[in-house]
Amino acid sequence: MLTIKNLCYKTQDKEILKDVNLVFENGINVITGQNGTGKTTLAKILMGIVTATSGQILLDEKDITKLSIDKRAKLGVSLSFQQPTTFKGITVFDMMKLANKDIKTIKDACTYLSMVGLCARDYINREIDKNLSGGELKRIEIATILAKGGKVIIFDEPEAGIDMWAFDDLTNLFLTLKDKIVIIISHQKRIMEISNKIYLFNKDGEIVVTDKTKLFKEVEESKCSTLRSQNANTK
Amino acid sequence: MQTLNKIEKELLEQISSLHNIEECSVNIRKNGQCVVRKTNADIEIESKKDKEGINIFVKDGTKNKGCHIPVILSVSGLTDTVYNDFYIGNDVDITIVAGCGISCGGGKSEHNGIHRFFIGENSKVKYIEKHLGLGNGGERVINPVTKVFMKKNSECNMITTQISGITDSKRTTFARLGENAVLNINETLFTTDNQTCETHFKVVLEGKNSKAHIVSRSVAKDNSKQNFFSSVIGKNACFGHIECDGILTGHARIASTPKIDAGCEDALLVHEAMIGKISNDQILKLMSLGLNKEEAEQEIINGFLSSKI
Repeated sequence: MLTIKNLCYKTQDKEILKDVNLVFENGINVITGQNGTGKTTLAKILMGIVTATSGQILLDEKDITKLSIDKRAKLGVSLSFQQPTTFKGITVFDMMKLANKDIKTIKDACTYLSMVGLCARDYINREIDKNLSGGELKRIEIATILAKGGKVIIFDEPEAGIDMWAFDDLTNLFLTLKDKIVIIISHQKRIMEISNKIYLFNKDGEIVVTDKTKLFKEVEESKCSTLRSQNANTK
Repeated sequence: MQTLNKIEKELLEQISSLHNIEECSVNIRKNGQCVVRKTNADIEIESKKDKEGINIFVKDGTKNKGCHIPVILSVSGLTDTVYNDFYIGNDVDITIVAGCGISCGGGKSEHNGIHRFFIGENSKVKYIEKHLGLGNGGERVINPVTKVFMKKNSECNMITTQISGITDSKRTTFARLGENAVLNINETLFTTDNQTCETHFKVVLEGKNSKAHIVSRSVAKDNSKQNFFSSVIGKNACFGHIECDGILTGHARIASTPKIDAGCEDALLVHEAMIGKISNDQILKLMSLGLNKEEAEQEIINGFLSSKI
């Protein structure tokens, strides 16, 4: 269980997260909401990359609020970045070995690359640099996090740059992680459809916990009311 | 014949690790003298008569052969200047491994290796050159000069590394390319403490459709200083690309001075240079995989310096 207590994050001129209290349990937890509502900031705070202004984070009752990134990583917190980082000279195989010390052979690493739909033979010795496309980098990023594993696995917009044909595989992949705390920041209906819980971040810094049926109904109603008002304006 | 002690063997192993080529010709030079020489029917090695050094003759059509010519300096107070000329025939495919290892204790040792390559038509040369210093204190100076003259349709892939222990160096490379000739250079430099390193590249793209790619990746730590000068001259329809990537840590300094000079409207010359500290995003990414900050920095530097050509 991952518990967030009274978490706040302020910059000099803006309050981004306001008194957030959340409990994430095993299963697929989807965070959604408009751009600029603090979703990526929360992911970074959970990983330790960004320090919260105040509040507490507990992993299975252990207070991890003040722990460094690497210590959290060792306790089982993993983050698949929204924008994967590129490295000159570090190959896909090197990265897999850094993520998981049990990966010794190319065959070990291939298991994870195949899971994200990459032909391992074509990628294993390639450098993780700008010669890879955005979609390829994203898949390698996800494969690295699958290799690392952990108790809490956060995916920040995993669908970005991944083609539609690969989508079913991606959602099926998340379903195989259901025994862990999976947190997915996403705007995709198909990802929300497989979720156990949805956390809707709104512009006022509030977070509404909901489920897919309720959320889809609300979105539908809001679309209808927008259409109605547009129709009224044109008349 | 002089034998090699443990440190000398270690140096030799590091600068001249064996590769997958069945037959190699070998010339090992230690403290200013040739200690091992092995030649074969395809690759002849003879000593120069007028000065220190050797002439290497590679016969036309020689394929998949290797030639190792390492140099070891294990005494201080010695300045060893050596002139090695490679005459590579036509239709040759060869790997040449050179380099110098210095272990001189507290004094000063200097090696100046002047290599010239005359590469025949349709020939392919892979040239690997490693420079390494061992031991604390003292001065280990290396000033390599490499000149490459490339005929029609020839290819030269150079991998040069100066990884550690060299206190001062001035590295000079000159190349002149004929029609359709291709030159790829991958240089890796790593300096620490108060070391200094100066690199000069001058490439003349003389032949039609000649191509040159020069990539220099360097890391400067502590108070070390590196100075990179490059000059690519395009005299015909050609393509030239120079890339200088540097990572700085501590109080180090890296300077890059590019010059591209095109004298033909079908010449395309590109220069890229980037110098900066290790990217924070890269450190954060590796830390999120469980590495601490120092381990993350080391992995980033190791990756950056690993040569891939």
